Amino acid sequence: MERRKSLADVIAGGIFVLIGGAFVVGALSYSLGTPLRMGPGYFPVLVGGVMTALGLAIVVKGLVAGDVVTLTAVPWRAIAAIVVAVVFFGFTVRRLGFVPTSFVTALLTTLASSRARPWWALAVAAGLTLGATLIFVVGLQLRIPLFGPWLQF
Amino acid sequence: MELLDNLALGFSTAFLVQNVLWCFVGVLLGTAVGVLPGIGPTATVAMLLPITFNFEPVTALIMLAGIYYGAQYGGSTTAILINLPGESSAAVTALDGHEMARQGRAGPALAAAAIGSFFAGTVATVILAVAAPPLADVALKFGPAEYFSLVLLGLIVSIALARGSALKALAMIALGILFGTVGQDIYTGTPRFTFDERSLYGGIDFVSVAVGLFGVAEILRNLENESTRSAVISKVRNLWPTREDRRRLVGPILRGTGLGSALGVLPGGGHVLASFTSYAVEKRVSKRPQEFGRGAIEGVAGPESANNAAAQTSFIPLLTLGLPAHPVMALMVGAFIVHGITPGPNVINDEPALFWGLIASMWIGNVLLVLLNLPLIGMWVQMLRIPYAVLFPMIILLAAIGTYSLNFNSWDVYAIVFFGLLGYILIKCGCEPAPMLLGFVLGPLLEEHLRRALIISRGDATVFLTRPISAVLLVVAVAALVVAVLPTIRKRREEVFTEEE
Repeated sequence: MERRKSLADVIAGGIFVLIGGAFVVGALSYSLGTPLRMGPGYFPVLVGGVMTALGLAIVVKGLVAGDVVTLTAVPWRAIAAIVVAVVFFGFTVRRLGFVPTSFVTALLTTLASSRARPWWALAVAAGLTLGATLIFVVGLQLRIPLFGPWLQF
Repeated sequence: MELLDNLALGFSTAFLVQNVLWCFVGVLLGTAVGVLPGIGPTATVAMLLPITFNFEPVTALIMLAGIYYGAQYGGSTTAILINLPGESSAAVTALDGHEMARQGRAGPALAAAAIGSFFAGTVATVILAVAAPPLADVALKFGPAEYFSLVLLGLIVSIALARGSALKALAMIALGILFGTVGQDIYTGTPRFTFDERSLYGGIDFVSVAVGLFGVAEILRNLENESTRSAVISKVRNLWPTREDRRRLVGPILRGTGLGSALGVLPGGGHVLASFTSYAVEKRVSKRPQEFGRGAIEGVAGPESANNAAAQTSFIPLLTLGLPAHPVMALMVGAFIVHGITPGPNVINDEPALFWGLIASMWIGNVLLVLLNLPLIGMWVQMLRIPYAVLFPMIILLAAIGTYSLNFNSWDVYAIVFFGLLGYILIKCGCEPAPMLLGFVLGPLLEEHLRRALIISRGDATVFLTRPISAVLLVVAVAALVVAVLPTIRKRREEVFTEEE
């Protein structure tokens, strides 16, 4: 009998085992309690255990007769650009203020596409910043300073 | 006539100027995201949820609901015109709808979709108004044991209907439940999995989870292969269907409405199931089955009526039991809670204006959708020309601003990166994101009712089986689980057998 291995199943199952296991280990440090009075750890241990078992089942199935999922190319450039852009936003929005942060975030995001051209990207970023400022700060009165403490001399 | 009084109350609420206005904004946005591929109603509702915090609760819910059913409408437009379903339930519409467009009959196809959707939306709104109160009465008798079983049933049924591996869907639910346990324990106040980070004490915000899973992960998938969208769109002429068309529309619309109303109540993508079932039924009852796939107007009218009816009736479990049947409904639960209202059977008595106003607004929304879609079809077609290179930075920026404005907390923003990447990897490996979001929203309810039921029964776990309603719900849950797992087993066996021969 031919066995079809499925890398996708093994990866997915592995993630479930890893995260499930981490939650079980983490939850064991909390009080478990009894079924009558469950402690904070009881439910996470239960669900984490179930998920680890499901993850193992998916791995085993992936090694024997897995789902055929074609793994397409990973867009590393897009992942890097978007992660950096969003983290930049979270980190600097309070420090740089709404306008510069939005502009840089939008600019970094446009780099995710391999077809980004500099002038085009600048125009998109400027347009989106203007739109976002009008909607969120002017329209919805969001309480974020337009320019933050890093830019005040 | 209590129903008429209730509807009068509803319409007097829904016709307030600000409510009509935001209902309009909701269906407008909904149509837009339905038309645009690459962004769906779930991500849109999640991103816009924070800006509705300042609204009156009823206004906020009216707008968010409008986005949801508006997207069902918009999805059919692109399916017909360029064979690109903007929403999963419109995939069936593309079969015959696009074929009609190629034969120069795009107008009647769009009209059939609009008329069918409007009729179905109207009927389903009445069904919602009639069915919700008695169901809420039943739900009021539920104790913690019944609620636990009901939530469990809801989660399991949601995977029975999902595509793909049942095993993975179950694991995704568990993953969602686990992330839902982050934060302070409800009974003891012990912080769980917070890494001593104060901002995690309140738990992970579900908006971050939804934006990550449905917004960021989706964008990464779209950027895998960038291809220019070929927007060769024919001019739309002669909207009005011929007399022959009109005669052929009646049956499919009626049957689609019935099917959709019934299937919409089921958790987990009832509207997708509804449109596929309706297409199969129409093909079977038609005297001209050979026309299907070659531009049969029945194949547009039936599924479109079905998915729109289902979009309305999927509010029934939310409004009566507090159980979301769809990821968008899960976000609506959050919207209720943000405004200090616990969704469930009490809403109808405690907040009658909100309950009936929301229902009445759906009918108004359907009228607005017909007005928006038929005369303005050219505008929506133009929207397809917006390049993705503008669209995705806009979505990311909106996502970041939206999640930050929840609590002005940077961790909520970092969370969308985390869930976006996790979701992207898991979706790539063949897992569906919807069960995880449902698990995340329902997990805390599951734990709370489990613990409360066991405290009341003094630790006797058989309470779930000795209380009749709870026992029935659990039996149905087990049956659903078996149904979900069985076809895969059978198919596997068949595959193994054929390989051995």
